[in-house]
Amino acid sequence: MSELPAALAEVVDDFAAVPARDRLQLLLELGNELPELPERLTADHSAMEQVHECQSPLFLTVELEGPGGSARQVRLFFDAPKEAPTTRGFAGILHAGLDGEAPETVLAVPDDFYLRLGLAELVSPLRLRGMAAMLARVKGQLRAAA
Amino acid sequence: MPAPAREDLEEPWMTLPQDTDPKLAQYAHPERLVTTDWLAEHLGDAGLVVVESDEDVLLYDTGHVPGAVKVDWHTELNDPVTRDYVDGARFAELMAAKGIGRDTTVVFYGDRNNWWAAYALWVFTLFGHADVRLLDGGRAKWVAEGRELTTDVAERPRADYPVVERDDAAVRAFKEDVLAHVGKPMIDVRSPGEFSGELLHMPDYPQEGAMRGGHVPGARNVPWARAAAEDATFKPVEELRAIYEGEAGLSAGDDVVVYCRIGERSSHTWFVLTHLLGYDKVRNYDGSWTEWGNSVRVPIEKGASA
Repeated sequence: MSELPAALAEVVDDFAAVPARDRLQLLLELGNELPELPERLTADHSAMEQVHECQSPLFLTVELEGPGGSARQVRLFFDAPKEAPTTRGFAGILHAGLDGEAPETVLAVPDDFYLRLGLAELVSPLRLRGMAAMLARVKGQLRAAA
Repeated sequence: MPAPAREDLEEPWMTLPQDTDPKLAQYAHPERLVTTDWLAEHLGDAGLVVVESDEDVLLYDTGHVPGAVKVDWHTELNDPVTRDYVDGARFAELMAAKGIGRDTTVVFYGDRNNWWAAYALWVFTLFGHADVRLLDGGRAKWVAEGRELTTDVAERPRADYPVVERDDAAVRAFKEDVLAHVGKPMIDVRSPGEFSGELLHMPDYPQEGAMRGGHVPGARNVPWARAAAEDATFKPVEELRAIYEGEAGLSAGDDVVVYCRIGERSSHTWFVLTHLLGYDKVRNYDGSWTEWGNSVRVPIEKGASA
C-alpha cells in the first residue's frame, strides 16, 4: 500500500480507530469542520467545478499558493449544502487530509485511498464513488494548473 | 351532513387513529397520509414508530423528528449480496431492532419530497406490513415549519416481529413481467433526457451503468417529482388526475407498471397511483433501467414522450 500524506493518514487512522457505528459521527464532524467559502468564491460560483458523481450538488476548486515549484501549497475549496451531510463529510476528509500539501503529494494520493476508511458497509460503495470523483477532479485541476 | 364518526373511517388494520385533516380527504386513501400537525400531536404514542429514510445517509444524524428511527435503503433494505431486497428473516430482525412490531403504525418521512421514504414504505409493503403511512411534505415541511428536531438517537426497546416472507406478486414487477406488459400502461418516471435516451443517468447524478439509453416501448414519461408541490406535499387530487390521466392517459382499473433507474423514484409514483388515486393494480419494476438498459435483446424505444 502506498504511503498517504501525514494529515490524510491521520484521518484514515481516526476512522480505523473507532468502532463502525462511530464512523458516521466522525464523517459528520469532518463535514461540520469544512471551512466556509471565501467571499470571492461565493460571489463568483462559476469559478468552481461541479462534481456530478456526487449525489448532491458539490462544487470544488483548487488554488495554488506560494512562490513556485515544490514550495507551492494546494488550497482546496468545497461547497456542499448543509442538507447533504455525507457529501460534506467526504469534502471534509479531503480538506482535512490534503489542504496545504504540495501539488505532487496530492497527485500521488492513491485514487482508491477511500477504501481504507472502513465506510463502504456503512455508506454503501455507490455513495463512496462521490469521494473518488472529488479526488479525481482535484487532481484534474492540479494537472491543468501545472 | 355531520362528519362521520371516527370509527366509521377507520380500517381494521389501523393501530393509531386516522388523520382526518380535510386536505387528505380528497385522496382515495387518506389513511395512508398524515400531516405534520397530526404527527406532532401523536409523537410518543404507543403503537407508533416514525421512520426517517433519506437519500443522504447522514441527514438523520444532523437532526430528526424526536423518537424517529433511521432506516437506510442501501445498507438495511437491500440484500448485501444478491440484487434483491432482504428476506423475511432479515426484515424481521431489522424490525425487531428498530422497535417495530407487526401491528405498529409506521409513519415514513424523508428528504427530497419523500423520495426514499416512499421507497422504504413500498419495501415494507412487500412484507405485508399493514399500517404504513407517509408524512405529507416529508422532512422539508417539518423543518420549514420550525418543528422540533433532535440529534438524540432513539433507542427503542426491541420488538417482536414475525418472519414473514416477502410477497412480490402484487406490487413488484420483474423483467419478464415487463416484457409481457409491453403495450399496456407503463409510466417511466425518469427525467425527459433519460427517457429519450439522450442521457444514461439522472442529470447531475452518477452514471450507474446502462449500456443503452431510451425507454421501454410504449411507456409514457411523467417525471416523478411532478406529483409534489413546492412545499414537498402532494399536489391536490385534481392536479394529479390531470397529469396521470389527462396527460399520460391512465384510467382507473388499469394494470400499470412504473419504473425508473433502480426503482426508487418509481416507488414514489407507485404511492401516488395506488394510495392517492386509488389504482389497485400498480407494480413497481425495481430492476428498472439499470436492468433493462443492460439486457440483451429487450426492445427499446428512443425519443421524447408521445
